[in-house]
Amino acid sequence: MSIDLFFQYVVAGITYGTIYAVVAIGFNIIYNTTGIINFAQGEFVMLGGMTAVTFHQFLPLPAAILVAVLITTVIGALVEILFIRWLYQPSVLRMIIITIGLSILIRETALHIWGESVRSLPYFTGSSVTSIRFGGVYLSPQVLWVVGLCTLVVALLSVFFNYTLLGRQMRACAANRDAARLCGISAKNMVTLSFMLSAAIGALGGSVVCPITYVKYDSGTPLAIKGFAVAILGGLGNSAAAAGAGMILGALESFSISILPAAYKDAIAITILLLVLFVKPSGLFGSAEAARLKEF
Amino acid sequence: MGRRLGAGVLVLLGLMWLNVGAEAGEPIRIGAILSVTGPASFLGAPEARTLEMVVEAQNKKGGIAGRQIELIVKDSAASPEKAFSFAKQLIEENKVFAIIGPTTSGETMKIKGVAEEGKTILLSCAAAEVIVNPVAKYVFKTPQNDNHAILKIFEQMKKMKISKIGVLSSNTGFGNAGKEQIGKLAPENGLTILVNEVYDKDASDLTAEVTKVKAANVQAIVNWSIEPAQSIVIKNARQIGLKVPIFQSHGFGNIKYVETAGEAAEGVIFPAGRLLVADVLPKTHPQREVLVQYKKDYESRYKEEASTFGGHAYDAFIILLKAIEKAKSTDKEAVRAAIEQLKGVVGTGGVFNFSPGDHNGLDINAFEILTVKKGKFALLGK
Amino acid sequence: MRGRYLQLLGFTGLIVAIQLATQLTGNPYHLTQLTMSAYYSLLVIGLCLLIGYAGQISIGHAGFFAIGGYLSALLTTHDLSAYKGTALMWLAKAGVLSSRTGLYGGDLLTVHPWAACFVAVFATVGIAYAVGGPVLRLKGHYLAMATLGFGSIVYRIVLGSALVGAADGISEVPPFSLFPGLEVSGRAPLRVQNYYLAWGLVIAGMALLLNLVHSRAGRALSAIHGAEDAADATGIPTARYKLYTFVLSAAYAGLAGVLLTHFNGGIGPSEASIMKSIRYVAIVAIGGMANLWGALLMSLLLNYLSLRGYFGTYDDAVFGGILILIMLFAPEGLLRRHLPGELRRLFSRGDAEEAP
Repeated sequence: MSIDLFFQYVVAGITYGTIYAVVAIGFNIIYNTTGIINFAQGEFVMLGGMTAVTFHQFLPLPAAILVAVLITTVIGALVEILFIRWLYQPSVLRMIIITIGLSILIRETALHIWGESVRSLPYFTGSSVTSIRFGGVYLSPQVLWVVGLCTLVVALLSVFFNYTLLGRQMRACAANRDAARLCGISAKNMVTLSFMLSAAIGALGGSVVCPITYVKYDSGTPLAIKGFAVAILGGLGNSAAAAGAGMILGALESFSISILPAAYKDAIAITILLLVLFVKPSGLFGSAEAARLKEF
Repeated sequence: MGRRLGAGVLVLLGLMWLNVGAEAGEPIRIGAILSVTGPASFLGAPEARTLEMVVEAQNKKGGIAGRQIELIVKDSAASPEKAFSFAKQLIEENKVFAIIGPTTSGETMKIKGVAEEGKTILLSCAAAEVIVNPVAKYVFKTPQNDNHAILKIFEQMKKMKISKIGVLSSNTGFGNAGKEQIGKLAPENGLTILVNEVYDKDASDLTAEVTKVKAANVQAIVNWSIEPAQSIVIKNARQIGLKVPIFQSHGFGNIKYVETAGEAAEGVIFPAGRLLVADVLPKTHPQREVLVQYKKDYESRYKEEASTFGGHAYDAFIILLKAIEKAKSTDKEAVRAAIEQLKGVVGTGGVFNFSPGDHNGLDINAFEILTVKKGKFALLGK
Repeated sequence: MRGRYLQLLGFTGLIVAIQLATQLTGNPYHLTQLTMSAYYSLLVIGLCLLIGYAGQISIGHAGFFAIGGYLSALLTTHDLSAYKGTALMWLAKAGVLSSRTGLYGGDLLTVHPWAACFVAVFATVGIAYAVGGPVLRLKGHYLAMATLGFGSIVYRIVLGSALVGAADGISEVPPFSLFPGLEVSGRAPLRVQNYYLAWGLVIAGMALLLNLVHSRAGRALSAIHGAEDAADATGIPTARYKLYTFVLSAAYAGLAGVLLTHFNGGIGPSEASIMKSIRYVAIVAIGGMANLWGALLMSLLLNYLSLRGYFGTYDDAVFGGILILIMLFAPEGLLRRHLPGELRRLFSRGDAEEAP
């Protein structure tokens, strides 16, 4: 394998990895605050892309994306309020099944609203043929947007959780719900906020990634599975680790095609998921105690 | 428990009673098993819309042989078991005259036996060659054969003096069939395949695959897929600086794929039915009238550009219509035999010429070599 | 104990009543969908045992169905004529192979459906045993995702492998001749016998499960479901019981796969998809997690409706909706006597949570 080919694989790995990391971070935020794995996370990403495309018909691109993120955030809040908020001490099993059901409903609704055809957004800078060249390696400027925006999001989240009152309240809620409530923090609102944040991040990720790939009513589901694999790989609840784990999975998938037929590439994510679950469920970067602490 | 049983019996009886079958048939029942939702919805949904449109139009004109047409569309979501169940339902219970569909080859192969046993005409909208080879009495298909599309591409490659190619295909029935045919036909047409990659239809980035192809120093790429992922291949290929000609399959015939690929789609070459360039066909071309009419009707009704996919269902319906006219009866056996005698039926996929040994009716002339210019389909200039 | 047999008898009566009803109203066509529904129900009751009684969720059971179905399809369609002169022919001497003419003429030498069935179910059980060990050590989300992952891998493998037809699946699977005169096949003249065959099998399967549930093993399972650590502490070998339940439910699924494949005459990758697994869970949920009869009746009804296309293009949405509605309002399922009371309590409790 030439050095150029090697780095091209690395670039492909980073592209995938960032997409997965975004979904995984969304999982983590909700998981930390509520202990729920939100199977509908992939759908938030899809909704972001779809609404952005629809609004791009009358608005300039940045405005369309902003509107898409806002709308998806509202949908995230609605999902929480309508389906989750008023449940009394639901069991883990129940929550898994509810979010799976939600994922299906959102997907089918998207099908009946937008139809079955594919859509995409124009590239933020340049077009589908422009690329930046580093030696023998080519990179689309959109990849830089994806990586850049996601890094920005992770940084902002970090600031949010560590330095703002609201962020700290959410962390308090995650650490010990009852104690938080005794301090006057409304646990219920924190939960809603976590859904809104997750939805917003997912939607932004979906819009940013849309030019590179495409968005279709069912593009959410495969993402959710991979995103979950990444979240588990990094250690459930740990967002910085999720970013790293995303890169690792992306790289593994990317390099896998030099050994395996490309048709089995998807199976790699799942195999890794199973391996992690069997060997070290707390993930690569996690430990059993950290999992319990549920730090962001 | 007894109450529950009783309730259960009543519910089922009620459902069956509501279903109580055959009204003595004035209308002609045509069944359609299409993948309106699910993984093949980008094929099945346009097909379903097309059928509804043409059946309505035909009914306004008085139906067939004075009888109104009743179209029963079943959504199989690309599940062979559902296709099986619907096929049995349509044939045995609804006693349909013919079935149009299914959308995918896998489903068609599963119900081939059912159609034969039920002696019902099946006009499949799926592309696999095995549907009509070996020939089964009642089973026909309207999409063009892959090998003709491939031969058309090879024709063009010969003109462009290309001899070394790289093949990328998706991991679906269509992709696999294409890959197999290309592998078979390449050597006898003077082409060497230097690299052969299969990609997942749900992939979001195929840079790694196209990088592999680039490393093999090919003179052209053949990208065989009917799914949206084919657009990603084109984009990634151009992004990594691969400047060689890209040939697509006839599964590229949907303007949405061009839009998704953006600028990268410029100059892509592919064989397709003439529907996509209907407006620029010479006025004397036998297909022009039918194509322009279909395009106009579809686009004005559904506010989206017509694709070759919907055209397969249109062709199936037209063939049925013409066969009934020719047989001058609505007896299934007579119409089936009539289909085999049809010649020169103008459809969207091409001009059909059936025979007892050829249940597809199209050949390499069904195809035109098209390209993409300024984001629109255009004929490839000489 | 008598109650159980009465229930089985009652259900048998229902099955017969339905068949007679179809005969009297002149609608024997419904039997096709009802028969297919029976095979899915075989899987569902096994799954109900696992989820409801042993408390282990599995969102990948369609994988076992597919393993059973694909193996029997592969063995009964793969032409071994090429090996005619070789050592493989000891199989023929053992009576395991069968010669027949294919759909288009031409001789085919394939494995006999009985042998194929044994191999398929055996393999399914073996895989369940191997996978179950590590998977069942997990709990909650991790267990759910592991089973989801298993189902996903099976799907990917059958979708990507040319040997099993890749995306097109396997077709032209021959009917399964159980005894001379009785065969599993979808052909119209054989509708009634296939209907009774399928449902007879389901009733037998139910009887087995009911006996299991009311036995010591069943009580142990309930204990594991209720409080696994406590059950462990009282000396119940929880890991072993969970594994056996898992394997048993996989066996049911595999057998269902084999028989339905012969009935349909083929199988495709969609049978292994995640949506299918989710459907089965939805049916178990709406029937009542720990309610075998509920799951069976709901399976009969819902699969029948889905196979007849009642839900139209909303098929998937219906099952998604069922999942949500049941989990929100009736987590113990629909067919429960205490349902109205529970609903009332559910709505009034919602306000009490906010008070500190």
